[in-house]
Amino acid sequence: MELTGADILVRCLKDEGVKYIFGYPGGAALHIYDALYRQDDVRHILVRHEQGASHAADGYARVTGEPGVVLVTSGPGVTNTITGIATAYMDSIPMVIISGQVPTHLIGDDAFQEVDALGVSRPCVKHNFLVRDVKDLATTIKKAFFIANSGKPGPVVVDVPKDVTANKTEYWYPESVAMRSYNPTIRGHTGQIKKAAKLLLSAKRPIIYTGGGVTTAGGEKELRQLVRRLDYPCTNTLMGLGCYPANDPLFIGMLGMHGTYEANMAMHDCDVMLAVGARFDDRITGDLTKFAPYAKIIHVDIDPASIGKNVGVEIPIVGDAKHVLSDLLKAIEKLDIEPNFEALKAWWNQINSWRSIDCLSYDRQSDKIKPQYVLEKLYEITSGDAFVTSDVGQHQMWAAQFYRFDEPRRWVNSGGLGTMGFGLPAAMGVRLAYPESDVVCVTGEASIIMCIQELSTCKQYDLPIKIINLNNRYMGMVRQWQEFFYDRRYSHSYMDALPNFVDLAKSFGHDGVLVENPADVEDALRETMARKDDLVFMDFITDPTENVFPMIAAGSGHNEMHLSPKAESKDAAPQERELA
Amino acid sequence: MEEKRHIISVLLENESGALSRVAGLFSARGYNIETLTVAPTDDETLSRMTIVTVGSESVVEQITKQLNKLIEVVKVLNLAQRSHIERELMLVKVRATGELRDEVKRLAEIFRGRIIDVTESIYIIELTGEGSKLDAFIDTLKVTEILELVRSGVSGIARGDSSLSISNRISKNS
Repeated sequence: MELTGADILVRCLKDEGVKYIFGYPGGAALHIYDALYRQDDVRHILVRHEQGASHAADGYARVTGEPGVVLVTSGPGVTNTITGIATAYMDSIPMVIISGQVPTHLIGDDAFQEVDALGVSRPCVKHNFLVRDVKDLATTIKKAFFIANSGKPGPVVVDVPKDVTANKTEYWYPESVAMRSYNPTIRGHTGQIKKAAKLLLSAKRPIIYTGGGVTTAGGEKELRQLVRRLDYPCTNTLMGLGCYPANDPLFIGMLGMHGTYEANMAMHDCDVMLAVGARFDDRITGDLTKFAPYAKIIHVDIDPASIGKNVGVEIPIVGDAKHVLSDLLKAIEKLDIEPNFEALKAWWNQINSWRSIDCLSYDRQSDKIKPQYVLEKLYEITSGDAFVTSDVGQHQMWAAQFYRFDEPRRWVNSGGLGTMGFGLPAAMGVRLAYPESDVVCVTGEASIIMCIQELSTCKQYDLPIKIINLNNRYMGMVRQWQEFFYDRRYSHSYMDALPNFVDLAKSFGHDGVLVENPADVEDALRETMARKDDLVFMDFITDPTENVFPMIAAGSGHNEMHLSPKAESKDAAPQERELA
Repeated sequence: MEEKRHIISVLLENESGALSRVAGLFSARGYNIETLTVAPTDDETLSRMTIVTVGSESVVEQITKQLNKLIEVVKVLNLAQRSHIERELMLVKVRATGELRDEVKRLAEIFRGRIIDVTESIYIIELTGEGSKLDAFIDTLKVTEILELVRSGVSGIARGDSSLSISNRISKNS
């Protein structure tokens, strides 16, 4: 039987196993919306702004590993998703964005709500398609899902002109697609893996540094086996948190600009570094000329272009993190060489002395609410078991430092692009994916405003997210930089006219709680987290002067961190270390 | 690091938009393009592109990897790394009056150029060769006035057995 393009599109989504699509209707997408109306297989979540749709689909993808799906109309519909597409692109999140387009005969005529969707999205997609013939529609959708969720995942835009959604053809959804130009490498090179195993076992001061690629590949089990087999220290990037359990003694914390003292010092001093599914970006490496001066580096990544881009490596291995880690473990067993236990013992002693500085310590006696304290308590009360989304800024770093993730796909944040406004819509996607779980959005008063309209979506679909607003009345991270690097000239990092967030939440049909005293934090969190069916907006009035520490300033190396005043007092005089 | 001239050959799907993906990649990542040529091959589903760029080894390695990452790119080959032939076509319209008519004709012959259009006062000369030969010819044309000049950009091909063509490897998902 012949179906219209719109019906075909929706059937494709069903046959692809899509449960939710996040979208907003408009002229060019109306045939598709009509097809959605006539079926019950794919559930559409109506957002309040297309940016929200893209972040919600992204959040869904991050916790499930399945592509998030977005449906929007032409013109402003698709341009509003660009921030969300770029966010997903930078963090390698699989997404399929279907955009309506003006009819093919009007393309290029500056028609109403026409924009070159392929052109505007090209720099921030893994790939994009314009479907000119309804006969190509099903195959194109199949290709879009295949490309989005294989190799290094990423967003794929499919632009569908209105006439294509009206035209008819036979429906047939291909089981697989073959592309001669697209062949991601999954298995690592055996010879390279063997060389890597030898180098790893020869290390005196090893470190294992892993990122989001391990999450993507589902390689956390293999990573844990490898780290424990070798007894080597492990650090995770912001994107890789949870791949190695934060509570395990071999975990030395997050690394990078706001990483722990012990992780950054160990990165600086190491002699062998195994990097897996991480891309040595500037927030990780600091000044490249000062980066890991003694290290021989093994770099495992599915993307050949990530290897050798910023940092030269001894042993490049192209492949999927799970497969390579598993092969590496086997290679180590085969070699029958033991690690250098004596050197390793000295290395751990060194790391533990760095640890003893307690770089995340903060003032617990303050009469103002310390944001770190809120997150510590949140961690305790949720037993570390919640899904945590965040926006971008100080609160994001504190959440990464103080919510100790023991499992991957629990921590949902915009790492690469740093998109404010991400947290709330992402939390919607997470909650839809896990309707029984606690979903918390850690945010700040500046970020939350950027997609606050999605509180309305939460009401419509009954999504009882808990919003932890660390309200310091500043764009905290901007303020922090201005304090450190701009002589305390707080240029436009302060908002004079903030809303009453409790009333705001109530006006959307939710509840809100204002917490102003440190003594009330724990009870308020406990009571709120117990309200399983309600969205509660918790407005914590926090200390506006608090800064995120440790901090590696731009142009500094890993061994040149600013420490908090509290940790600084414990920082012993720099020890003489002999490093070869 | 030393900057060198590289000739990168790209085999890509003959689809609309593929060229803008390549051009966009170069501008977004700040790579140079000295010349770029593209046309379909004997297999009409494939286009062949030749890009001349200048950069250090590491930059050119990144260019090659980033090109390979584009979904429509089938194969990439850096011709500068092997024995190859490169050619560029130039059409140049020059003033040719009086004594200059003979002089320009002689110069064209020396460079194995062909005069392909003639008026009372003008020649159009066609010349093929490596870029440096074209440059040298332009230099000699200083004896007269160049009215218009167009160069095709470089096309390149590897010598001997190595060839840039599709293999049978095809990706499949299940």
